[in-house]
Amino acid sequence: MLYRENGQFKTTYRGDSQIFPIAQDRIAIGLLLAFAVFGVPLLADEYLFRAILIPFLILSLAALGLNILVGYCGQVSLGTGAFMAVGAYAAYNFMVRIDGMPLLAAVLLGGLCATVVGVIFGIPSLRIKGLYLAVATLAAQFFVDWTFLRISWFTNNSSSGSVSVSGLEVFGIAIDTPFEKYLLCLGFLVIFAWMAKNLVRGHIGREWMAIRDMDVAAAVIGIRPVYAKLTAFAVSSFFVGVAGALWGFVHLGSWEPAAFSIDRSFQLLFMIIIGGLGSVMGSFFGAAFIVMLPIFLNQFLPALGNLVGVTISTAGVAHAELMIFGALIVFFLIVEPHGLARMWSTAKEKMRLWPFPH
Amino acid sequence: MKLKTLALAAALTVAGSSFAPFAFAQGKVQFFPSLTGRTGPVAPNATPFANGYADYMKLVNLRGGINGVQTLVEECETAYATDRGVECYERLKNKHGGATVFQPLSTGITFALTEKVPADKIPMITSGYGRSDSADGSVFKWNFPLIGHYWVAGDTLLQHIAKTQGGWENMRGKKIAVVYHDSPFGKEVLPIIQERQKMHGFELQLLPVPAPGVEQKAIWLQVRQQRPDFVIMQTWGVMTATAIKEAVATGYPREKMFGTWWSGAEPDLRDIGAAAKGYSAVMMQHGAEPQSAVVKEILDKVHAKGQGTGPKDEVGQVLFMRGVVGAMLAVEGVRAAQERFGKGKVMTGEQARWGYENLNLTQAKLDALGFKGVMRPVSTSCFDHMGSAWARVHTWDGAKFTWTSDWLQADDQIIKPLVKASAERYAAEKKLTKRDPKDCQS
Amino acid sequence: MGFFFEALIGGLMAGMLYSLIALGFVLIFKASGVFNFAQGAMVLFAALAMARFSEWFPELLGFDNKVLGNVLAFAGALLLMVAVAWVIERWVLRKLVNQEAITLLMVTLGIAYFLDGFGQSLFGSDIYKIDIGLPKEPMFLLESTFPGGILVSKEDLYATGIAAALVIGLSMFFQYTSTGRALRAVADDHQAAQSIGIPLSRIWVIVWSVAGFVALVAGMIWGSKLGVQFSLSLVALKALPVVILGGLTSVPGAIVGGLIIGVGEKLSEVYAGPFLGGGIEIWFGYVLVLFVLLVRPQGLFGEKIIDRV
Repeated sequence: MLYRENGQFKTTYRGDSQIFPIAQDRIAIGLLLAFAVFGVPLLADEYLFRAILIPFLILSLAALGLNILVGYCGQVSLGTGAFMAVGAYAAYNFMVRIDGMPLLAAVLLGGLCATVVGVIFGIPSLRIKGLYLAVATLAAQFFVDWTFLRISWFTNNSSSGSVSVSGLEVFGIAIDTPFEKYLLCLGFLVIFAWMAKNLVRGHIGREWMAIRDMDVAAAVIGIRPVYAKLTAFAVSSFFVGVAGALWGFVHLGSWEPAAFSIDRSFQLLFMIIIGGLGSVMGSFFGAAFIVMLPIFLNQFLPALGNLVGVTISTAGVAHAELMIFGALIVFFLIVEPHGLARMWSTAKEKMRLWPFPH
Repeated sequence: MKLKTLALAAALTVAGSSFAPFAFAQGKVQFFPSLTGRTGPVAPNATPFANGYADYMKLVNLRGGINGVQTLVEECETAYATDRGVECYERLKNKHGGATVFQPLSTGITFALTEKVPADKIPMITSGYGRSDSADGSVFKWNFPLIGHYWVAGDTLLQHIAKTQGGWENMRGKKIAVVYHDSPFGKEVLPIIQERQKMHGFELQLLPVPAPGVEQKAIWLQVRQQRPDFVIMQTWGVMTATAIKEAVATGYPREKMFGTWWSGAEPDLRDIGAAAKGYSAVMMQHGAEPQSAVVKEILDKVHAKGQGTGPKDEVGQVLFMRGVVGAMLAVEGVRAAQERFGKGKVMTGEQARWGYENLNLTQAKLDALGFKGVMRPVSTSCFDHMGSAWARVHTWDGAKFTWTSDWLQADDQIIKPLVKASAERYAAEKKLTKRDPKDCQS
Repeated sequence: MGFFFEALIGGLMAGMLYSLIALGFVLIFKASGVFNFAQGAMVLFAALAMARFSEWFPELLGFDNKVLGNVLAFAGALLLMVAVAWVIERWVLRKLVNQEAITLLMVTLGIAYFLDGFGQSLFGSDIYKIDIGLPKEPMFLLESTFPGGILVSKEDLYATGIAAALVIGLSMFFQYTSTGRALRAVADDHQAAQSIGIPLSRIWVIVWSVAGFVALVAGMIWGSKLGVQFSLSLVALKALPVVILGGLTSVPGAIVGGLIIGVGEKLSEVYAGPFLGGGIEIWFGYVLVLFVLLVRPQGLFGEKIIDRV
């Protein structure tokens, strides 16, 4: 009843090919963005910004990048942590070595460096497929980790190998309060999400999906696998590299290679699987789920224990978190293998018919 | 279908509950957050530390609190991961009236929090870890590597080794292999060792071990090939035990192996037992102290009433004592702050910071607290956030540790310039101004 | 020269130990088409069970004999792994029949997290000892020919022997027993096997139990070497290149792959490591596998991937 398109006629090609053809969708997204920019700062405290919202925004960006590679192009990659690390360290080097380098330029250049590395490690995908490719990309993960530990030039010759940044500013405005950091990440995410949505709707996105579904057939009808796969790696690594730079600069402030370890890669892969492969919306859902679940469990389990009269030790809570995390992953994959995005689109479909059943 | 609605509901609950307000504590308590490593690769070593910390805080409450103010400890599990440590910090820093001091027990988390504590005005105690250059209080106002840092460990260890050889002159031409954790923690010990190498002309063989260090055969085969005269280990967690086991398996004499103070505790050695006999480690002031007065008091007053945080046989062991010492330093700093800002009042982070900067623990005070024979006097100042540079070496005899050296003191002439240079580099990179002497009174 | 042989022998034996873990991966992939990322967690869980049981059973049942304690602990841990296999098959695999490979991969990752947490909450996160009497001191061979002799670790030698016995035992099991034949039939073609009456779910329980048994043996040996603690599950990350190099579907491939990776890692670390600053072990195996896959995308002994359009 509320969600029908009655009366919404498109009179231009432009109107026909918008991202959100239904007016209700446009209104909803507009309201959401307005809430994100104006409403959230009024309601959220510092902890919420620093521990939940900023990681959510940055990891959604990374998950978006990974989704382009794994969900849209079908190339399983377990080396995402490495590309984030490349983005972060490259941006750091640009900031530190070039006086007066603006933050945005450094972050974007970091992303470009990650693109180059991503394409290099994407070359094996032309020959290797499936699970073999997944393990081959682990080579990227471990090699890049080692590089940043061993080659001290990348860490500006610091004795400990740990790097830090401070004094961020964009166009003269200093970025130190959590709210300003949140706005910066939100800005990046909105622009990149818009880019991603347009890419996957366009020609290149269709090439990626063809390669994912049946790469031999795609090659037969004239889609160049080299071009499609390497552009998927390139675009994905760009997104992931920018996310890595933001993660290091805005969220952590000071990091070492262990911040981008294989656990990060697995975490991002979880996000897109739970969120939904091949869906922009899915990356956001998955990121929200994975960011909030450990914190939720951490607060909820002791409270639950107190309710039942059992004090759970810190170690016990940590173990229970792991168990519930694992169990929930399994549960979600059994219940909805296509992820939260599929649940969302099913819900939307129901909404379109509501209050009628069919 | 029902399962799917259940799943959607679960997802929404997760979303909703994460925004729930957090509980607030009532009454006046001095809140000491405890970042623990009870799970993950360092669990066997970090768990006794957390237990010792909690037990001493309980003891302080039983003794009457800090001039009447009770302590409150809340733990948050980091599993030695930097981002979890940062999240714990954000969660705990404003709870229960505000955190007094943080002790991250991880060099990675220390580096990350060094950026955040000046803005949040909460001091950080990093006894024996963290940034070695944070001993320079003129640059690092909020960091306190009390009673020692990695460069003190490296220096005193090398002094001990030199003593066994009859002096620094006999070190020329000797070969030392350094097996270290391939991370900022491991690398932090290298500058002092390299500095001493320049001075005394021994050879160095650097052998990094990638975390978590479960496969070290190649490292120890190289040790066997190069036949260094000594091996120094800067490892933490299961890496230490694995290293010693591989040393046994390749036949490297344990008497020639020396660990820094994170590489020589019971969890690392008790499973190896007699085969590890002869392995030594340098300890900042305390080691395993089962006979000390404070341990007896903890056993009597805390464990006897069933209030002990961990198992009883852990009390008095090396890492348990480290937690006790950490807690004692935290509490004494607050007590010192109360002298200035009001006895019997809850201290804010800023006030506690002044306390840590003006810590004056005389031997008499330490003995009264139960640390006789365990600790030597600690005295910090505005520009010296370390407070003391004493260490001793203990050796494993197959079942326990025994002291095998006198008190050693790190050579300030060498360490101070290193600290100063590194701190100045940090200040230049961050465009910080050094503290004014007038600022010391705040 | 002697040192080269030391590194070579050490590498071969380390490789055998990696193959032990890789075997578990291969078994499960062959029979159920699932890449079991939880193998490392299973190794940890089994090792924890054995370590703790060998402490608890003597206390509970009141005897002192170490050998009996170890045997009972092994049996207890094996029963536990069979139970785990049964639960996984019943609650997870049965509900995910015919899903995509990546979904199954993620499910096993979820199981890995679950087993990690469950094992540590049941048995504790301290470091525990498994003592099956393996000698810890090294032996030195050919001391007359090479100065200092060639170092051979006795513990590793025993471990290699156990691993070899396990492989031979498994091969005989697959060749000569009816269950083994049924497993091979399922590995070949699920539907064909089902159509001739082989009960798939029971076969999967058997396969996961056998993989659990292999995990237990691997956990026992690695645990005896390193001590049983959470980091043990990370050894699986060292075994992954072995699985891929040998080919996901080949048991001899796992052995050969293990030997190659073991030798390659040790020799590269010892000879190339000092020039590159050390620590290259961690990525050498993976990079080696990457280059081999470029030439042979299905691994050395794997089944050729045939795409039908």
